Amino acid sequence: MNVVIVGCGRVGGFLAGLLDSEGHRVSVVDIASTSPARAERAWFQHLPSSFKGETILGDGTDLEILRQAGIERADALLALTEGDNRNLMCAQIAHKIFGVKQVIAKVNDPVRAQTYREMGINTFSRTTILGTLLHAMLQEDREVGEVLMRKALAHEAEMVHEPVKAR
Amino acid sequence: MYFVVAGAGEVGFHLSQALLEAGHEVTVIEADRRRANFVQEKLGSIVMNAPADEGRAQMEAGCSRADALIAVTGDDAKNLVICQLAKIRCRTPRVIARVNNPKNEIVFKTLGIDETISSTRVLMNVIEQELPSGGFMPLMSLAGSANELIEAEIAIGTPPAGKTVSSLRLPSGAMVGGIIRKGKLMHADDETKLEIGDRIMVFSPTASESEVRKALFG
Repeated sequence: MNVVIVGCGRVGGFLAGLLDSEGHRVSVVDIASTSPARAERAWFQHLPSSFKGETILGDGTDLEILRQAGIERADALLALTEGDNRNLMCAQIAHKIFGVKQVIAKVNDPVRAQTYREMGINTFSRTTILGTLLHAMLQEDREVGEVLMRKALAHEAEMVHEPVKAR
Repeated sequence: MYFVVAGAGEVGFHLSQALLEAGHEVTVIEADRRRANFVQEKLGSIVMNAPADEGRAQMEAGCSRADALIAVTGDDAKNLVICQLAKIRCRTPRVIARVNNPKNEIVFKTLGIDETISSTRVLMNVIEQELPSGGFMPLMSLAGSANELIEAEIAIGTPPAGKTVSSLRLPSGAMVGGIIRKGKLMHADDETKLEIGDRIMVFSPTASESEVRKALFG
């Protein structure tokens, strides 16, 4: 599967590493920080050193940058930056302009997440997902909670041994 | 009329002031408390201190009874989402977005926000109109579609000079609407010969602007 990930924070870096280790073709886009205090290698610091995919420095709402990341042959795009609005703009560009089949945007505000889901943009809110998981563990769905937690912990064990890649 | 202005930066502040002076009712939404207080001191209690990209703030500002919402923050993605939320959740009949990066105009149109204003483009149009050669001017975008009207002057040594309209290599979807020759508006058909000094009006898809430029100037 060809996957474009926009936003290489902790979640983006984690997922990129996971997909890459499973043999998928992953390219990661992260915006150039305007702060000179941030060294260039810090931009992709959350990627594991074994990461074999592409890294593109640029604005994930810019059509040219997305083309460079291979969006035209992407099977999926994940918008995982810190900004809800940027994620929504990026996801809509992928869906409506490039026709990417599977598009998922991280939207922390549950109201915006719901509104855009009704518009056909796949969104998830960290607030409701994490809250639901914790609730399941404490309350009625102990088994569901445990299955998900076991999976998460296994992935975590895989990823934390990877040293940070210097770029 | 009732206007909601999202963002009270320099543009939002002066826009709200101008709308008030023109006798309209205005609410301006600003997330930064200090900026909101400053604008409140200048313009009176028309300021709401809240994030304009949240549905609840838009509801409270009365976007559902507003005649128009204008999103003028410095962040294009935010302006897009503000306009989309107002359109979908509050059914605000008219939404207008400021576009900081002119490349985003076409993106916004594709994503359902027809009315955009790019200060870069406005300035470029003013500058180009002032230039002696006249040159190439996208005059306006046509509401409700991803098309625009372009005016260009036929100059010496350019491909169309002395040729017919049908020989122009315009991109598909573009058409010549008319010609201004020596100050007079003329109908243009395929056989009309273009003369140096003619000002030609072209209707074109906004996305094909650069191809129109190429067809007229080589």
